[in-house]
Amino acid sequence: MKTSMERVLTAMEHREPDRVPVFILTTLHGARELGLSIRDYFSRAEYVVEGQLRLLEKYRSDCLDPAYYAALELEAFGGETVFIEDGPPNAGAPVIDRIEAIDRLVPPRVEESAGLLRGLETIRRLKAQVGDSVPIIGSVTSPFSLPIMQLGFAHYIELIYEQPDRFSRLMAVNQQFCVEWANAQLEAGATAIGYADPMASTTTIPRDLYLRTGHPVARETLARINGSAAVHLASGRGLAIAEDFVATGAAAIAVSTLEDLADWKAAVGDRLTLIGNLNGIAMRNWSEEQAEEEVKRAIAKAGRGGGFVLADNHGEIPWQVPDRVLLAIRDAVDRWGRYPLDWVGQAGAGA
Amino acid sequence: MTNELAQALESVDRARVEAIFQQALRQHSPIQVAEQLIVPALQQLGDDWSAGTAALSQIYMASRICEQLVRRVLPPAAPERRHHPPHAIVVLNDYHLLGQRIVLAVMQASGFDIRDYGRMDVEQLVERVVADDTKILLISVLMLPAALKIKAVRSALAEKGHEVRIAVGGAPFLFDPQLWREVGADAMGQSATDAVAIVRQWMEEMA
Repeated sequence: MKTSMERVLTAMEHREPDRVPVFILTTLHGARELGLSIRDYFSRAEYVVEGQLRLLEKYRSDCLDPAYYAALELEAFGGETVFIEDGPPNAGAPVIDRIEAIDRLVPPRVEESAGLLRGLETIRRLKAQVGDSVPIIGSVTSPFSLPIMQLGFAHYIELIYEQPDRFSRLMAVNQQFCVEWANAQLEAGATAIGYADPMASTTTIPRDLYLRTGHPVARETLARINGSAAVHLASGRGLAIAEDFVATGAAAIAVSTLEDLADWKAAVGDRLTLIGNLNGIAMRNWSEEQAEEEVKRAIAKAGRGGGFVLADNHGEIPWQVPDRVLLAIRDAVDRWGRYPLDWVGQAGAGA
Repeated sequence: MTNELAQALESVDRARVEAIFQQALRQHSPIQVAEQLIVPALQQLGDDWSAGTAALSQIYMASRICEQLVRRVLPPAAPERRHHPPHAIVVLNDYHLLGQRIVLAVMQASGFDIRDYGRMDVEQLVERVVADDTKILLISVLMLPAALKIKAVRSALAEKGHEVRIAVGGAPFLFDPQLWREVGADAMGQSATDAVAIVRQWMEEMA
């Protein structure tokens, strides 16, 4: 196995590559590599390109993660981003300040958003650097989850329960935008799309309501995206609706650290690739030994037969996680992730 | 009746919730209904959420419905509400207000007269806590950087010689069970309804 691309694609075909692929999903750490503030880092595509390439070399991840921050999409709708010095940029005030504004909302065009164009430029430049050797993971917020930022979480929940017609209209607008943004990233060189859908999680919404709302939206949206998608629940639970995720047509699902990878593997078999599920919050205090144990445990639970990519459970490693932990995770993958995983199932394997 | 109310809340069945509430009011005082019916029903939902069998959207809608019902019979400054010692809730350095809104609604529906500080940074919060002589402070966060800022709140209040008990809640504390101690909090709530039990206990200890 020569490249990360081959390794990841083999795993996603539910076959065993040379070793378990690992995604070290660091969007913010590039700023530190370049000695820039997070705000400055995200102000130019060339900074993010350089940051991602340095992180690729340092952590030897099996993907590039050119995502900026979720509020970038809100900027396209006229929203503002609030930068902090030690964490991911936040969405500012909701762009839909009155619920009636949904009736007149139109989807923004990707080509008219400076932030999204910067994101596309980043992907294009990375693709020019790595070609087909390393997967480039694009990202979108699902139409069903974007309103958390567009309206504010509380108002959005009220909308879902109380105003089904306006909810449907908002979904139509968001879906058009999401599909255009995802496909633009694929055209720019992204290998696959991370489809962030925390609203779909059973942590957030009950299954029966999801099946009437977010699920058809996900099915329709993913069918219109011209590439593979990995659904991400931003650490929320999803095992109880595993079958429903299979039915969306997604290729992969990111698993919460609150759930057991072995349970997921038993539930979905070779129908979804599992990504996860190291605890990104707790890992900032891990020792090197703990990092190794956690890697070992995850691989033991889900590694056999392929269909597994080791990663954190949130899709973004916090700024506070030190290099020594990330390097220990990466070293542990070399030590314990080589196929065939003969050590799995033996005494002390950690599963 | 508690189970029946919890089920109606979980289904977001306003008419059923209203009927159960009115039935209870025919037999008990408003504060008794708040403390003996609403609190246990919301607690049941909160436990279900912690166990992964209820969802945040249900908790939010339930807390909002209960808050509206209780507010009708127990206005915010009603003498039957628990006022002392002064207690408040805040979202620290964060732009995610849902958790705070749920806890606020649950506390108000449970008969507390809690102050709502909205969103504040460390400096604003310390000033306000001292000015109000707040003795119990509930801090809600979503992001890890905001959770880590609680340490600065604690040390700034200690420097000013202001004694306050701090309970924290929010996603980072669920993913790292040691984090609440690390930031100098006195307690951590797994779900919004835990706040009721924590504040009740502290009020009794401070009485």
